[in-house]
Amino acid sequence: MQKIYDVAIIGAGAVGTAIARELSRYRLNTVLLEAKPDVGMGTTKANTAIWHTGFDAKPGTLEAQLLRRSYALMQDYVPEAGVPTEPLGGLLVAWNEDQRQALPALRDRAHANGVTDVRIISPEEVYRLEPNLNQGARGGLFVPGESLICPFTLPLAFATQALLNGVSLKLNFPVHSVKQQDGVTLVEGPEETVRARYLVNAAGLYSDEIDHMLGHHDFTVTPRRGELIVYDKFARSLVNHIILPVPTAKTKGVLISPTVYGNVLLGPTAEDLEDKTNTATSEAGLTMLLEKGRAILPRLLDEEVTATYAGLRAATEHKDYQIRLHAEQRYVCVGGIRSTGVSAAMGIAEYVGELLAEAGLTLTPKPEFKTIRMPNIGEAGPRPYQQPELIAQNPDYGRMVCHCEKVSLGEILDAIHSPLPARTLDGLRRRTRAMQGRCQSFNCQAHITAILAKETGQSPRFLLSLDAGKELPL
Amino acid sequence: MSIAQTDVLIVGAGPAGLASAIQLKRQGVTRVTVVDREPEAGGMPRLCHHTGFGVWDFHRLYTGPQYARRYVALARELGVELLTETTITGWRSERALTFTSPGGLGAIEARAILLATGVRERPRAARLIPGYRPRGVFTTGSLQRFVDEEHLPVGKRAVIVGAEGVSLSAFMTLTGAGVAVAAMITEFPRDQLYLPYAPAKWWLMDVRHPTPIRTATRITRILGRKRVEGVEVESLSTGQRQVIPCDTVVFTGDWIPEHEVARKGELAMDAGAKGPRVDGQFRTSAPGVFAAGNLLRGAETAATSAMEGRFAAGHIADFLAGRAWPRRRLPILAQSPIIWAFPNAISVSDDPTRLKRVSFRVEKFIDDAVVQVRQGRKVLHEQRFSHLLPNETMRMKGDWLSRVDFGGDPPQVILTG
Ligand SMILES: Cc1cc2nc3c(=O)[nH]c(=O)nc-3n(C[C@H](O)[C@H](O)[C@H](O)COP(=O)(O)OP(=O)(O)OC[C@H]3O[C@@H](n4cnc5c(N)ncnc54)[C@H](O)[C@@H]3O)c2cc1C
Ligand SMILES: Cc1cc2nc3c(=O)[nH]c(=O)nc-3n(C[C@H](O)[C@H](O)[C@H](O)COP(=O)(O)OP(=O)(O)OC[C@H]3O[C@@H](n4cnc5c(N)ncnc54)[C@H](O)[C@@H]3O)c2cc1C
Repeated sequence: MQKIYDVAIIGAGAVGTAIARELSRYRLNTVLLEAKPDVGMGTTKANTAIWHTGFDAKPGTLEAQLLRRSYALMQDYVPEAGVPTEPLGGLLVAWNEDQRQALPALRDRAHANGVTDVRIISPEEVYRLEPNLNQGARGGLFVPGESLICPFTLPLAFATQALLNGVSLKLNFPVHSVKQQDGVTLVEGPEETVRARYLVNAAGLYSDEIDHMLGHHDFTVTPRRGELIVYDKFARSLVNHIILPVPTAKTKGVLISPTVYGNVLLGPTAEDLEDKTNTATSEAGLTMLLEKGRAILPRLLDEEVTATYAGLRAATEHKDYQIRLHAEQRYVCVGGIRSTGVSAAMGIAEYVGELLAEAGLTLTPKPEFKTIRMPNIGEAGPRPYQQPELIAQNPDYGRMVCHCEKVSLGEILDAIHSPLPARTLDGLRRRTRAMQGRCQSFNCQAHITAILAKETGQSPRFLLSLDAGKELPL
Repeated sequence: MSIAQTDVLIVGAGPAGLASAIQLKRQGVTRVTVVDREPEAGGMPRLCHHTGFGVWDFHRLYTGPQYARRYVALARELGVELLTETTITGWRSERALTFTSPGGLGAIEARAILLATGVRERPRAARLIPGYRPRGVFTTGSLQRFVDEEHLPVGKRAVIVGAEGVSLSAFMTLTGAGVAVAAMITEFPRDQLYLPYAPAKWWLMDVRHPTPIRTATRITRILGRKRVEGVEVESLSTGQRQVIPCDTVVFTGDWIPEHEVARKGELAMDAGAKGPRVDGQFRTSAPGVFAAGNLLRGAETAATSAMEGRFAAGHIADFLAGRAWPRRRLPILAQSPIIWAFPNAISVSDDPTRLKRVSFRVEKFIDDAVVQVRQGRKVLHEQRFSHLLPNETMRMKGDWLSRVDFGGDPPQVILTG
């Protein structure tokens, strides 16, 4: 008789991994299914990496409620797990009269959302906070609680903790059909069928398609592409806060923000597409970003570009998250987590737990819920190359492999041998920052490929092809 | 933190750093320390497994690795202290640098510092070429590391972006690894494979592996999701776009000095060269800190970098012997289409008679050009050139340096007419 899990979760992005972690505190057999060779490889790895307060969410929506709850939960979790973060605060800048007049309503909305420290500031204060801004700012809204976060470490932290507390993780498991029989859900991948009593759909861009498999047609996901430009670390001193535009109904707009790795982001664009795999950057998108960047912070454009990328928001025809319990099917759909999912994941996870309980799942806390601590890859805390005690214990922490990002051999080896090990170059990049610096892996990629191959007993040729990733069969 | 002492601390064990260290020892400087972040000293030539090195400095033809080994051996013989796997991370004080190494953290304090950290090529992202992020995109440097250092597979059919000296280096590496080259593309109306590359180009690209050079063409997109499937190129004359199928793209040239240490030290930088400004004696804006080699302005031949290192050594030795640091200096500025002039600063105490030439680079091909050096409204120098060539260092007379007025504005090198 094949094993029947209590809960199967489809999708290991920020949301799916957070749910897995949440359920791992209870006496449950949970399995997390992910199509790709690693967790956090979907939209979760390609966004603007801001830990939102939810100040501008529409009051009364589920999104507003869960962002708020998540913010509180993350206040404890982020430092506990060592997820890189920097509490810089957001500065929303009004560049014309219309935008300036929109500020009071935005402040009132923030206050209604419980983000009560948001305040309107004068043009003088705007320039005091951001002296390098272009001329013409009419005023601003200061949002002290907006922070930077590492969107690579966060899902890894959730997943690692979930694993440590007994969750099973199945990677390279693209679900292509879901059936229900005698109260059991059969989740089918290409090589295996997983059985579970309860099902959670956290498949991001594909959450609508999984939903269809269960007979629902509540929403359609339209991928909304956001392209971004990453500037060199030398641009970091130009920016002190997360510089936000006044949002419109369709998008939060183009922002300029430091990253926890010490770079500066410019983006994202917002463009509705049909292809859920189109994460290419475009000529039009990059050109538009350069124009916006020049208008906001002219000196930014004097610095080198380190990288460009694009992410896809799981937008739907609805204005709110599409989280629904189908109690009779013992099924929770977690869809339409559009542009705030990194920040809301913990709140969503807690809420999904409540919905599952409502459907009859018994949540009995385990006597012990193990905690974890992730390696620091942010600039706010000390990195291994800056720690003499660490290097004294293990000289590999002083042996630089990626010069641009100052990543040591010790960190590379740790990532390859961690509880949730890196198996691809991209996996190493997200765990260590190696290869994501100004030379774009041109100095170290060959060497790192050789290390990864040796440590995992794979051939470099296989690794280079593996890293090309597997296509979703959907 | 442990603090070591030395007379001269050199950052970068490439041709510039090593040639300088060797010359300093020959001039009798007691303690010369060269640090490099790589596990082996030798710099960029270690990776260029083809021939073409050493003619100027050793009067022999070497491959890159042979040439690098020769410099390293000489430095060792003369008692230069070589510290590898040692990454300079910042400045502790005006003349002390901090480092990380497998042996721990530390600082090295010196009486003089020479920065010789080299260059890198501008990668695809920095050139803002849109598309997915497939495998198969290289620079010459990464290609050579893949092929010659780690013996990793590359593709079967490549496009080389750029048509200058280093592009030929990429060509040799590719064909040596059995990769066919579909085309070389350049935005300029002609290739920039001038002498001494022209005969090699003829032999390799016309005779042995006939390869088209697409001129007046730019790359507009990379195709392929997981693996490169082609490049979209645009003709700059007709605006027409076309796809060249390939599985490998190599971006060559378009240099950026590896200037992290220089910028962390807040040295005055040249906007065009993107390296620290130096005067005719390789002095940066910070007392006791010198710079040489490709760090100054992008890649020249290894011999040029080595020669600069050697000349810098003479000035460093003079400084150690008590020559005063100049109190006044002026930047030498360049105006588009001139990218930079070198030296890009002049100090009161420079001896202009020793600098017979000022070098400069231009952005494009220009025929019948008149280059002027102006200070305020005064014309210090004017020189006619029948051709100015991009991706090539041009030289003008340097006697005007003695006419610079230190009370005036910075001299400007401009193109007139
Ligand atoms: C440009 C941009 C900027 C953004 N900025 C921010 C920001 O600053 N702050 C913030 O909080 N949020 C931001 N977001 C939103 C945030 O990135 C997303 O809301 C969040 O990542 C969604 O997480 P997820 O787990 O739902 O989706 P994903 O990360 O996409 O995860 C879904 C997972 O499901 C897997 N999957 C799909 N189908 C299947 C299947 N059939 N079988 C198995 N597995 C499957 C996928 O492979 C994927 O790993 C931004 C988004 C974009 C695009
Ligand atoms: C692909 C390619 C092909 C070439 N082919 C030829 C040729 O055929 N013939 C020819 O004459 N020339 C050739 N050249 C040019 C030649 O390699 C360079 O001119 C020469 O290496 C420059 O010497 P350098 O000392 O200035 O810098 P480099 O040789 O680049 O040395 C700089 C050194 O500084 C070190 N460094 C940088 N930052 C730090 C830090 N923070 N801490 C410690 N160490 C640091 C680096 O590790 C490096 O070893 C080629 C160059 C390239 C890229």
